[in-house]
Formats: sequence, structure tokens, C-alpha cells
Amino acid sequence: MSKKINLKIDGIPVTVDEGTTILKAAKELNIHIPTLCYHDDLCIAGNCRVCVVEMKGSRNLPASCAMPVSEGMEIMTNTLKVRTARKHIIDLLLSEHNAKCTTCYKNGNCELQNLASEYKISEPMFIDLVPHKHYQMDAYSPSIIKDDSKCVRCQRCVRTCEELQHVSALGVAYKGDKMKISTFFENPMFEVVCTNCGQCVNRCPTGALVERNYLDEVWAAIYDPDKHVVVQTAPAVRVALGEDLGFDAGEIVTGKMVTALKRLGFDSVLDTDFTADLTIMEEGFELLGRLKKALVDKDPKVKLPMATSCSPGWIKFIEHTYPEYLDNLSTCKSPQQMFGSLAKTYYAQKRNIDPSKIISVSIMPCVAKKFEADRPEMRSSGFKDVDYVLTTRELAIMIKQAGLDFTALPESHYDSIMGESTGAAVIFGATGGVMEAALRTAYEVVTGREVPFNGLNITPVRGMDGVREASIKIEGTTPDWKFLEGAELKTVVAHGLVNAKKVMDSVRDGKSNYHFIEIMACPGGCIGGGGQPIPTNMEIRKKRTEAIFREDSGMKIRKSHENPEVVAIYKEFLHEPNGHKSHELLHTHYKARHRY
Amino acid sequence: MPEIKDLVKNLAQKHGKNRESLIPILQGVIQAERYISDEAMTEIARELDMSAAQVYGTATFYSFLDTQPRGKYVIRVCRTISCAMKGKNLINQEIEDLLKIKIGETTPNKKFSFLETNCLGWCHKGPAMLVNDEAYTDLTPEKVREIINQYMKK
Amino acid sequence: MSYTNLKRVDLIFDQDFNPKEIIKNAWGKTNDQIINELLESGLKGRGGAGFPTALKWKYTAEQPEPDKYIICNADEGEPGTFKDREILFKVPQKVFGGMAVGAKVIGAKEGYLYLRGEYRFLLPELEKQLDTFHTTLNELKIDFNIKIIMGSGAYICGEESALFESMEGHRGEPRNKPPYPTVSGFRKKPTVINNVETLVYAFMICKHGARKFKELGTADSRGSKVFSISGDTPKSGIYELELGMTVEQFVEEFGDGDTKAVQVGGASGFCVPRKKFKDTIIGFEGVPTGGSMMLFNSSRSMYNVLHNYLEFFEEESCGQCTPCRVGCQQLIRGIEAVKKGYKHTTYLENLQRLAQTMKITAKCGLGQSVANSFFSIVENFKEEMIY
Repeated sequence: MSKKINLKIDGIPVTVDEGTTILKAAKELNIHIPTLCYHDDLCIAGNCRVCVVEMKGSRNLPASCAMPVSEGMEIMTNTLKVRTARKHIIDLLLSEHNAKCTTCYKNGNCELQNLASEYKISEPMFIDLVPHKHYQMDAYSPSIIKDDSKCVRCQRCVRTCEELQHVSALGVAYKGDKMKISTFFENPMFEVVCTNCGQCVNRCPTGALVERNYLDEVWAAIYDPDKHVVVQTAPAVRVALGEDLGFDAGEIVTGKMVTALKRLGFDSVLDTDFTADLTIMEEGFELLGRLKKALVDKDPKVKLPMATSCSPGWIKFIEHTYPEYLDNLSTCKSPQQMFGSLAKTYYAQKRNIDPSKIISVSIMPCVAKKFEADRPEMRSSGFKDVDYVLTTRELAIMIKQAGLDFTALPESHYDSIMGESTGAAVIFGATGGVMEAALRTAYEVVTGREVPFNGLNITPVRGMDGVREASIKIEGTTPDWKFLEGAELKTVVAHGLVNAKKVMDSVRDGKSNYHFIEIMACPGGCIGGGGQPIPTNMEIRKKRTEAIFREDSGMKIRKSHENPEVVAIYKEFLHEPNGHKSHELLHTHYKARHRY
Repeated sequence: MPEIKDLVKNLAQKHGKNRESLIPILQGVIQAERYISDEAMTEIARELDMSAAQVYGTATFYSFLDTQPRGKYVIRVCRTISCAMKGKNLINQEIEDLLKIKIGETTPNKKFSFLETNCLGWCHKGPAMLVNDEAYTDLTPEKVREIINQYMKK
Repeated sequence: MSYTNLKRVDLIFDQDFNPKEIIKNAWGKTNDQIINELLESGLKGRGGAGFPTALKWKYTAEQPEPDKYIICNADEGEPGTFKDREILFKVPQKVFGGMAVGAKVIGAKEGYLYLRGEYRFLLPELEKQLDTFHTTLNELKIDFNIKIIMGSGAYICGEESALFESMEGHRGEPRNKPPYPTVSGFRKKPTVINNVETLVYAFMICKHGARKFKELGTADSRGSKVFSISGDTPKSGIYELELGMTVEQFVEEFGDGDTKAVQVGGASGFCVPRKKFKDTIIGFEGVPTGGSMMLFNSSRSMYNVLHNYLEFFEEESCGQCTPCRVGCQQLIRGIEAVKKGYKHTTYLENLQRLAQTMKITAKCGLGQSVANSFFSIVENFKEEMIY
């Protein structure tokens, strides 16, 4: 039982645990103190000074996000002194800010804009510093654009990249008036160890870090009568898209999303979940193949543990940080890329469309997928497999631009032939989902029985803990898989690159004996991806996760190998998992990159 | 360059490989090379197993941890008020005339860099300047000429 | 000119002392005795902030955490301050001695001396002196070790929490306070951080007792202090003087006959105009200082003086908090605009309100102190600020 502290905020008494900050104590009273550098997911910075309050007995105004409460403290959050100071802070921030809001990507969704509006800032009070600053803009990366002229130096991006992701591609450089957020040697984001996970984009309060958008290109493709535009939607999009269009977090908007996409003009609205099921087939059999090589053939060259490969942020991370383990990655492409290569081969053939006329678009909760689509090896179809990647946020923008009233749209179904999916596919969006989906199929393949978990819900691999281990005992195998009889399949799931590092370190140090590793670069998995609606916090991510598993339990088919379209594609086109055709279209290779 | 690699390796051996060793190592590179190149920073990141962006961010914070190439002798003339009142501008002018470079620049033969710095702590004997770690005080244009000529001969 | 008005003192630079004796005596006392002696002496920090040294040592001593540190802040960077350099050059054994006594009281086994990069030329001699000191400690069987850490050119590292950050290998960005260094300092452990001069006085109080110190100065500003004097003065240099004199008395001794302003406490201190010389006391009850005293005669432009200070702060600010980072830029560009006629004189009032905001919202002492010189110069020399 921690000590209780009694204090007054705006004259109202409140009692909180010792160590609570004034900001949190005020929240208990539903008193909202404006903040900028503060973020629920990150450590306290206390540098923007927007949240200052008046404290009785002190001449200075403490920052409420950093000051812990003390017995008998009396705080006033909105006195004239506080308002004058806060207005000055906002004015100062605006004076070094490129405040051309009308042409800014974050117009309408910017925390600085909100503050200026709240305090009714009209005439600039101070001298405009922007012309003297020679701000840089880095638009080289296909994923993230960094515009220093809009930076408020809150350091949220630096803290995110360091604490949540342990990549530290962004840091603070110089001091005084030259202080800025910078990569190593101010190199473009494209050239440093940035994994493109976009967590910084999710937390940037202004337009300093945004995703590179492809709205114009996609609109042009849709309205080009010569082109057949195919769109695929990732599992995590359907439980978050609503947040940018009038729904609460955790609402499943799949049906409306499909209708919207059709109304926007896409020629065929298909589902990444289809290729997620396909990934399970390819990856599941790949794992079983490696286990066979290890246990039966005793092949010393086989690499275990095997790690999932659908998170491009994770891929870039391992390419930079643990290149010696690249062979441990599954050679399977991500569902997005599998879809891309099939769209211009299998789909084109079945629908009798000239593949050179197909434009393949994906809607992703992810910013790294933009980088992934641009990878030079992603051309198995003979063309660029995925032409444009749009984030959930960009899709919401398109829907608004088209004048659609999203909340009033009726529900529709995905088109075929790559639109059918299962519950195992949709859970790809949550951390642990790929593992769970893979186990549902692999266990049944090996034993002929369903996984021994109630309702197929493999709860040990679910949850928000950073690293979750689970082992499954394999008993009663079919004759083909006798070599696995009695084996304990050791698995581990990690989300957020700081936890990926923990897992890989334990593998490297020989402290673990996993067989299968699932890693998602983003906290929460794809539902917390860099392309999802802003803001993000633990509560929102939990709600989106709950929605994913609700969607799973509501689906007719819950196991990837039972997806009829998956059965069909093997029958007609691929023939067998990990077969020759699969390797040509659905598997890939990786590239070792510089470590620092 | 193998020399930088060895330099950093030796410094890491001397000062250690944890975060607290970072600034002593950076200082060591400065003593040897007068500036910290991106190659040196990458090596330091490797030795300390830390992010290169953080090495860069820490180095650029400190005025004496130059990350831009500097000459063999870095001249830093104090520009704070007491030295300003005593005529540091005349000193600056003299150095400009002698070395044919402006503040912030390095001579083409990479021998001298000319910078301004803040209070050196010699206010009663201003104008004052540092040449690398040596302090020179009670400066006059003549005295500066003498001092720099000495360095030119080295 | 005699020193009848200003008492010249020799506690700091007096070379007649035996460090081994003093330390031995101190080790013979209890920690409470030492703290009480310091408390009675009234010694306050000599770096500029003026916190009672006895209390700082007491609070740290009371912390239950076993790992503690004592740090000597030798990052003397305040414009016009050069007395620590002299102290380190002339009486380093007293500095180390003060650290040792402090370590005993708080229970620290390790001490650090953070020396500014601009004073690297002092290092070889200091290392030699430190060797001698360690030998003395060995002979007395005292388990305490001092290490010298070099700074690299950052004024803000003189701020205690920025100094810790720098020692830990980070950018010198000040921390949120609370927690204060007595609870969480270097490596987040209880730390006493004292200015060079403070440690020497503490050591000398161990030698002479509280009375000799207490006899000097005033009730709020006990004892003497080392001043570094520069600018328009025929007597620039380093002087140890009794605290509590008025600026008038000071100017009478050190002025050149035409003093129009005295900057007490450096760029982050106060500019005292001639009309206020008589009524301003140099001490904690009036205008405190870390030692910096700069004199300006009537030939000097106070606009240039203020501009010089603001340029200094604009560059040396760590840059993390909005009021300081942007505020400094606005203040300097503001006075330039008013001086050149691009902004009306009334804009100065805007700037004064801004300076007030900086004073009460900045994260650390640097941002909070910019207002000191800004107000005192603009208010007292307004006519020099306008076109």
C-alpha cells in the first residue's frame, strides 16, 4: 500500500498515491491541463513547458507532467499568471514554426494547432524566426517524411525510437538555437538504421514526421480508364479505420470499409487476409520442414529457431542489427507482398486481365510496408508487385475526399478470387496472432486434431506483455509426423523492437531454445502500427486488439487451411506449399545492412 | 581507415565500453585528430554498442567536440563582454589578415582553424584565446602575430 | 587606495596550512560536529546559488542509500568569473581536502572534480597534486578516491543536473527537479555537488573553526568571498573580500572614476546602475554573485553589453525547453529590432513580459536567470536600447 497524498487542485481536494504527478492527479478530477511533450507511452520529458501550473508558495510555475504531488499542495491550473505564461509558450513555438497550416499534411490533426486555437492566438506576438533557420526537409524515404520546419522539439520521436523500439535512429543534436532532432550525421532517414516502423509518426504532435502519402497517385490510377486497380486490406485496418471517421476505438468496420473502397472506384476489393491464410500454409510447412531436417536428417545447416517475416519493420531491424540471423527468418514474403505477386499472375490469369494494366494498391496499418513494396526484389510477377501502399490514415482521407458519409454506408463483402479469409488470418493484426494462426494449422496437420484450446483460442500467446513464451506438447501424431511425437514446440512472441532485441539477444547468447519466434515491430502488433489513426495509447491498442479477436470468433472458418480459396489456389496454381511455384512468387531473400 | 579504428579501440580499452566512457573517448579522438569524423563516430558506436545517432547527438552538444574537420591548431578567440571591451575584434581582424580565413574556416593547408568561443575565464587579462589547449592572454595584434608565427614554424 | 572600506581576507589563498593535519582533525570529529560547525559558520554556496552548505551535506548524509558521491563543480563558465581557476592553481590541496571532509560526512567513497574543458592546461599539475593528496589519504588510512573528469565546452554543464548528465555520457541537458541531487544526483544516487570555493571554505572552517568565518560579513552573507574583477577597472584581478559591502564601496575601490554600471554575477546576474550603487549590497540579501564583477564606464554601450549576454545565452542554452530556447532568440532579435527601428519602443514591454515568463517557466537556472540582466539593463538604461 503506497502512501496517500492529499492536495487541492483549483480548490478541489483530491487524494492520490505518493509519486503521482500533478497532471495525473488533475486527470482524476477531470481537469484537463494541456500538454505537448507528454505522452502516455513514454517517459516524462518536461521540456515543452506547456503544462505549467501555479503552485502556492512557489514563485516559479512547475511543469505538471513532471512535478510529483506533496502533502497540502495547492495547485491552480488556469490563473491569469498561468494563462499568460502558456500563451507565451505557444507564441514562442509558433514563432519558430512553419505555420502554413492550410498546406500542411497534419492540418486538422495537429496538437500545436489545437493549442493555438484553444488559446485564440491571433496576431503573431514575436518575430518570425523561420526565415533565419534554413530548416531541412528529408523526403527521400518512401515511408517517412521529416520536416524540421514543423518540429516543436518535444523529443517524443527520440524517446519513442529509444525506449519503445531501442533503435535510436533519431537523436537530439547541437544545442541552443541550433538544437534539432537529427539522425546520425543528419543523413536521410532512408540511409540510417531507421526501420520505418513509423512509431515516431504516430507520436509526433505536428507535421514534422508524417508518412509519405500516395493519394494523388492512387486517385490517378483509379480514374485511369486503362488501368485495373486492385486493392487489398490488412487485418488491422478494419478495427481502426473507424477512429478517423467518427467511430470509437475498437469498432469493427469491415463491411463499411469494403463498401467505401468500392465507391471510391477500385475495380476489385480484395483482402490481405487471404494471403495471410496463404502465409500460414507456406510458413507452417516451412517450419515443419525445418524441424524435419533438424530432427530426422540431423542437417547441421538448418536454421532454428525460425522467425516470422511479415513485419517489414522487424525485417529491416534484423537486417541492420542481427544480420548473422537472416537465414533464421522464414523465407516467406509478407501477406502484402504475396498478394502483390499473385495479383499480377494468378488473379490476372483467372480474370483474363493484362497484368501490365493492373495497379496493385494495399491499405496497411503500416508505414514500413511502403518501404517493403519498394524493395527491388519485390518484382516476382515481372512487374512491381505492389504499386502503392496507403496507410489507414490515407484511406480515411480518401473516403472524406470522396464525400462519403462513412457511418451511414451499408455493409458489403469482399470480391473474389482473393477475398475469402478465416479467423486465423484476421488475428495477424494483433501481437501473437501469427503464432496462434500458425499453431492452429500446424498442430492439426501434424496430429490430425484441433489445437487443445477452448474455442481454438490459444490464450498463452495472447496479451500485451512484451515477451510471451508458450510451449505446446505434440502428442498423438499421424504416421507422417512421427518424428515429432512427444516433442515440445517452444515458441515466443514479442512486440515492439525493444522486445525483439531481448529475444534475439537471448537467442544469440544461447540462453533460449525456441523453435518458432513471432516478432512484430510495433507495440501491440499491427493494430499499433505506424500507419494507424493518431492518437495512440495503451487503452486504444487494447480496444483494437479486443476487436480483432471478436472478429476472429465471429468468423465462419477459423483455420487457414480450411479457407476454400486457399485450397483452390493450391489445386489450380501453386500445387503444394513450398513448391516450385511458391518459391518463385511467394518467397524472398534478405539483405545484410550496416549495423550503426 | 585502420588508424581511426585502432585509435578508437585503444581509447575504448583505456576508458571502458559503457556510456560513461563516451565523452572521454570523444575527447581522446579530439586530442589526436582535432575533430571527430563520421567514421570515428561509427567506430565508437561499434565499440560501445550504442546508436550512432546518439554518439552524434552527444558530440555535437559540446563546443569542443568538433564534428567538422579542423586544422592541426584550433584557435578559439573569446568573444564575451570583458574581452570584447578589451578589443577582441582587433585580434580577430589580425588573425583574418594573417591566415586569410574567416571565423569558422580552416586554412587550405589544414594547419589552422579559426573559431570564436565564450568566456575562457581570463577576463582580467583579455583579450584571450586558446590554441588547442594552450591559453594566451593580454593579446595585442603584435602578440598574436608572434604566437601564430611560432605555430607556423612547427 | 587603502582597504579600510573593504576588508581584504586571506582564508582561501593562505599557503600556511597542513592538509594532513586538518583532515586528521576532521576525522577525529563526528559528522554531526562537522555539520554543526558549518551550520554555525553560515557558509553558503559560493558558485552563485547560495544554498547553505551544512544543509546540503546534512540532507545527503541522511539518505539511506549506501552509494553516494561528492562532486566538485569546477565548470566555471559564468562570464567574468575566473576565480576557481586561480584557486585550483594556487591551493588545490584545499579543494581536495574539502571534498574529503564532505565525503566523510555524507558517507561517500568516491569523489569527482568536473573541470571545464577550457581549463585543460591545469590538468597535468592537478593530476600531480591529486597523486600527492591520495598519498596523504593512504597514510591516514582513509578510503576515499578522487577522479578528475574533463568538460568539453558547455556552460550549461555548470548546472548541477546537467553536470551529472554530462558525467554519465549524455548531452548536458538539465533534469526535472524534484528529485534534487541530495536524493538523486550522479548515477541517480545521493550526491553533494559544491563549487570549488565552497569546498575550500568548508576545509578552512575545519581548520579555523566557525568563528573566524562568522566574524566576517553580514547576518545573511556570512564570511568572505573570492571576487574576479574585470572591465573598466585599473585593478582587475582576483580578490578575497568580506561579503556585505555596498556596490558604492566596491566601486570606490575598484572603479576607474567613471563607473556607470556594475554587473554583479555575470551574464545571469544583475546590472546595478550608478543611481543604485549606494543602496545595493553585494551579498545574498542584495545582489548575489558567484564572484563575477564587471565594471562599465560611461564610454560603454549598455545595449552592446546586453546583446553580448543574450548572444551568450542563445548559444549556450541546452535547447530542450521552449521558453529558454526560443525566448533567448526572441529577446536578442527583439532588442536588435528596437535598436534598428524595425520595432516600436513599446515592443520592449512585450520583451519584458516574455522575460518574466522565461523566469517562471524555464526548466533550469539558465533560462530563469536571463531575465535578471535583461530587466536590470532594459529598465535602467532604456534610452540606450532604442533607436
